[in-house]
Order: sequence, then C-alpha cells, then structure tokens
Amino acid sequence: MKTTHILLLCFFLTNFLQGQERFLTKQGYTSFFSSSPVEDIKADNNQVLSIIDTSTGAIAISILMKSFQFEKSLMQEHFNENYVESDTYPKAKFKGKIPNINGLSNSEETVTITGDLTIHGVTKNIKTQAKIIKTQDNISLKGSFPVNVADYNIEIPAVVINNIAKTIEVTFELDHKPYKK
Amino acid sequence: MKNFLIVFAVMAIHLQASSQDLFDILDEEAPQTKNYVSSTFKGTRILNGHSIENRKKGTLEFVISHRFGRVNLGADELYGLDQSNIRFAFEYGLSDNIMLGVGRSSFDKTYDGFVKYKLLKQSSGKKSFPFSTSFFGSIAYRTIDDFEPGNEPTTSQRLSYTSQVLIARKFSPGFSLQVMPTYIHRNSVKTEEDPHGIFAVGIGSRVKLTKRISINGEYYYTVNPLESINTTNSLAFGIDIETGGHVFQIILSNSITMIEKSFITESTDDFFEGDVHLGFNISRAFQFGKHKKKKLKKLQESNQ
Repeated sequence: MKTTHILLLCFFLTNFLQGQERFLTKQGYTSFFSSSPVEDIKADNNQVLSIIDTSTGAIAISILMKSFQFEKSLMQEHFNENYVESDTYPKAKFKGKIPNINGLSNSEETVTITGDLTIHGVTKNIKTQAKIIKTQDNISLKGSFPVNVADYNIEIPAVVINNIAKTIEVTFELDHKPYKK
Repeated sequence: MKNFLIVFAVMAIHLQASSQDLFDILDEEAPQTKNYVSSTFKGTRILNGHSIENRKKGTLEFVISHRFGRVNLGADELYGLDQSNIRFAFEYGLSDNIMLGVGRSSFDKTYDGFVKYKLLKQSSGKKSFPFSTSFFGSIAYRTIDDFEPGNEPTTSQRLSYTSQVLIARKFSPGFSLQVMPTYIHRNSVKTEEDPHGIFAVGIGSRVKLTKRISINGEYYYTVNPLESINTTNSLAFGIDIETGGHVFQIILSNSITMIEKSFITESTDDFFEGDVHLGFNISRAFQFGKHKKKKLKKLQESNQ
C-alpha cells in the first residue's frame, strides 16, 4: 500500500514537472514585408500559436494564413485567394529545434534555430538566427528571416511582377508563457 | 502488486499522452472561431446583375461597363462594335456590410443610385451558417427627352425602383451559386397594359477555372413582363479575369443595359438567334482609410 502512495506521489510530481517544461503563446506576432520599386506591402498577424518543449528544445509554430491583416482589403483577399490559397492550405507551420535550450543564461542570447517551414503545402528546411531570453516563467524569441516566394510554389502573375518582391522578409516576436494543461 | 500494476499503467498512459506531438497541443489550444466564407464571387457583379459581394470598408471602386451592339449585325457594323452602351459608376464600401454606388448609363440617359447591405454571411467552424444573404435596392432616374411635346413627364414619373434579395452559397472553392428574387416598380409605363410592378427571379453561378479566371452564367426569369414591347429573359455568360487591383469581365449577353430595372425588364433580343452583345465590366479599386489598424485593434480586444 505504501508503494502505491509513493507511486501516486511520483505521478503527480511528474505532472507538475511537465507543466513547467512547456511554454506556449497564442498571441505571437508575425509579419512579412515585401519591398519593390512600385510598392511596399506589409501584413501583420497577432494570433500566432507557438509552443516550446524545454526538455528537448523542440519548437512548433502554427500560423493561420487568414489572420494576416493587410493595409488594403483587396490585397488581403488576393493573398488568401490567389497566392497562398488559404482554403486549401489554411496554415503555415514550423517545426524546429532550439539547441542547448537549458544551458541558456537569463539574459539575451543569440541562437541558431533549424527546422522545417511549411507554407502553401511546400516544406523547406531553414536555418535562422534568433534572439532568445529564457527566464523561469517566460521564453521570448525574436528574429527575422528571408523567404523566397518561388521556393514555396507561390506564383506571381506577370502583371504584378514588379509589385511583389521575390524575397519576402518574415519577422517574428513570440512571448511564451508556461503551459499548464 | 495489483495496485502497483494499475498505477504503473496509468502513469505510462499519462506519460505517453504528454509526449504527444506539439502540433496537437497547438490545435487544441487554437481558439475556436467562426470563419466567414470569403470570395463567393470575384466581383460585385455576377455579370449584369449584382453578386452578394461588397467592397470592404473604405474601398472605392471605379466601374466602367460596356455593351456593344448585336454581333449578328454583320461586318458593316463591325459585328456590333459600332454601337456602344456605357455605364460608369463610383461604388464605395461605407462599412464591410454596406456598399453605396452612383452611376450613369448612356441608355435612356439614366442616373442610378444603389445600396447593398450584407445581412447574413456564410460561415464555417463554430456556429456555422450555410449561406449568405444581401439586400439590394436601387433607384433609376431616366433623363432622356423622348416624350411628345407638351407631355413632359414629372420627376416622379421618370423614376423606377428595384429591390432584390440576393441569396448565395459557396459550395466549394470552385463553385458558387446565387438566387435573386427581384421586384421592380416603375412609376410610369408606356401603355395601360404594362404592369407597374414586375416580379422576376434570377439565378447566377460561377465556376473557377484557375486561381484568377472563372466562368460565370446568369439568367433572369420575368414572371409578368412588359406588354408594350416584345421582351425576352436576360441571359449572360462571361469570364472573370482578375489582375491585381482589377477585375475584368468579358460578357456575352442578350441585354444591352447594365442596371437592373432595365436589363431584367427591357431586354428584347433573343440570345439563341444570335442577338448577342459583347460587353466588358472593368473595375479599379482604391483604398481609403486604414483598414488594417482597426482590424488589428479589434483582434487584440477580442484576444483579451
């Protein structure tokens, strides 16, 4: 009987510890910026979901394409309808690894994150530098990386070829809090 | 020993559950929101008549529509291209749900104004709704002076009104269907036999061929047509081509006008006898005001 009690205690303890291992945000920020001689296009998304498992350093990010907000509403419609085809590919995803996540100090450090980025149904391996601050109850990630539009099979029609940059700058700011079930 | 095994099993299950894919957790944590269906049609018109689509708040659209003469007029009239009807209009999204427009048609020198209000929106996800509904109302003011001397119509006699309920559903990304019960009232008619109030029902559809090109069809059945002229039901086929800020529609129709009171009740050509008019709708959109800032603010508020 005593063993059972001990095991039950272990059970709750593991539960508690796991609660501290994962960090989640539902309101992460991502934006992308396209600069061309004709016009600059920017879109923001404040509903990015991201989770980090500190036991493995794994990070998973999920972005709803329809949550990107553009200055021009017609642009937003075209983005969803014609470019990223949000009905068919509703989400962009990133699955990666933050190396040596437990060896970080409490101050800002630079890490190199590698992983698979999926946009428009196409997955590519990417590598990007990010600024990370990890404290007891917060993991903050900030950075930016270029995305080559053609890599993800996103077609730009000839008439607007001068309006949209071939390489788009993606910026992210993710503020994770401890995740408890 | 038995207890030990049970606890061990529970723990094993528990550990397994906690090592589930991180994406599964994200899916679970994703807020359950209602997703409104967008782009049931590309433009604010199916072909001649209105679609349920509005321009978003702050978008001003300049629309130029053309209908040429009948293609079966022959080479002498360059297959109808020598004759031309034009309507140009400014159409503005007052809010995401209300759209206003003013236009002028060369046919009968008619001015028109309209309001379109989005009442119901098709949605998926939480509390989904199966179709979209818009109300459409317009006034047309005929300014052509074709009266007999001394028989000048009053301002009121020059007016006609159109009311429509537009009901549409996007069945799939490639296929949308719309039904339009219509009532048209004209304050004055040519002869006693002509009805003042005309009922009609329209059906319109689009089939997407590629991301930027779709084929559209539209037909209006008139229940009690005008008697003084030999009218036909309006039929149109066309192609939508979307290029950046433009929607370009190429149309083949038996109607030569571009406002409801006219093409639904006054078409006289027979499509299948070759009385077909080539036409274009061209629009250019301009954005006023900051669409994004307000939306972002709203999103942030709803998150809190």
